[in-house]
Amino acid sequence: MTVPGAWYLVLAACLFGIGAVGLLVRRNILVMYMCIELMLNAVNLTFVTFSRMLNDLGGQDAVFFILVVAAAEVVVGLGIIVSIYRRRSGATADDISSLKG
Amino acid sequence: MSLLAVTHLASASAWAVYAVGALMALAGAGGVVLQRNPVHCALALVTTIFGIALLFIDQGADFLAAVQVIVYAGAIVILFLFVIMLLGVDRKEQRAPEKLKGLIPVAILVGVVALAELLVLVRVHYWATGSKAGAGALNGPGENVQKLGQSIFTAYLLPFEMTSALLVIAVVAAVVLVRRPSPAPPGHEHRTVVGGRGTARSGPAPARATVAERGTPTERGSGASGGAEQSGSTGEVVR
Repeated sequence: MTVPGAWYLVLAACLFGIGAVGLLVRRNILVMYMCIELMLNAVNLTFVTFSRMLNDLGGQDAVFFILVVAAAEVVVGLGIIVSIYRRRSGATADDISSLKG
Repeated sequence: MSLLAVTHLASASAWAVYAVGALMALAGAGGVVLQRNPVHCALALVTTIFGIALLFIDQGADFLAAVQVIVYAGAIVILFLFVIMLLGVDRKEQRAPEKLKGLIPVAILVGVVALAELLVLVRVHYWATGSKAGAGALNGPGENVQKLGQSIFTAYLLPFEMTSALLVIAVVAAVVLVRRPSPAPPGHEHRTVVGGRGTARSGPAPARATVAERGTPTERGSGASGGAEQSGSTGEVVR
């Protein structure tokens, strides 16, 4: 009665691809973080879909933990972004590349 | 005959729910990537989050849909908006020339290749072994919240406690990162230190104006122009 799980997986793959392209293309650090959140959401959708397809609760447990880790990651990342912008306003990802290999 | 009609109707409604959720998610994702203003990007991210929450409900993950809306749309995106408003980066994105030529086509190519790989993985049917993970079955007696809570507080109790430690560490890290390095005594000197920091790294115009009329030794030299009579009193505080 419901939509087959492969459709959800294809949608999640498209969301992940869009997020990856945005992470590579955009140079505003905040928008790059939003693209990371987009990719995390795509993975969450994949977990929930597999949880339904395999009749296993483990996928939803994984999504629960991913939500917690994403919240912690955003807190630390935004702290880093605030300290970067405090030193030099209007910085993009190109301006803080002094640690590149 | 009527049963068949009811079945068709239910199937059509399921596809309609999927289509609405997928359209919201994809439109929001496109908005995040394409919008110039970071505030619009954050609002597009909210659209994506609501679409994915709809798909969660459609797949029986009721609790996760609620948590998705509360945590993502209610906390994380609001945190993004706070930072955007606090830093004032919502004016427009700088359009400095790219340092690497042809970066955007390469990035799009990488994204398309990754998407193709994921779609091929979807087509391959044998990656799931079918063995249970010990977390319990999804379908069964009881509500979704009840089963999820039982699973987390029994089978995944140690990871749950570790996430609490992770959250505490994140809070401490945020406080340490954002705290100002040298807590100056309150009053005049503290403001001078803040203004002086803004000038040295080509800060915004008001900060530069304040320090210019106070006179920093690095910019004004040794008292060549007007305002140099103050540089003796506040100049040492700045650097």
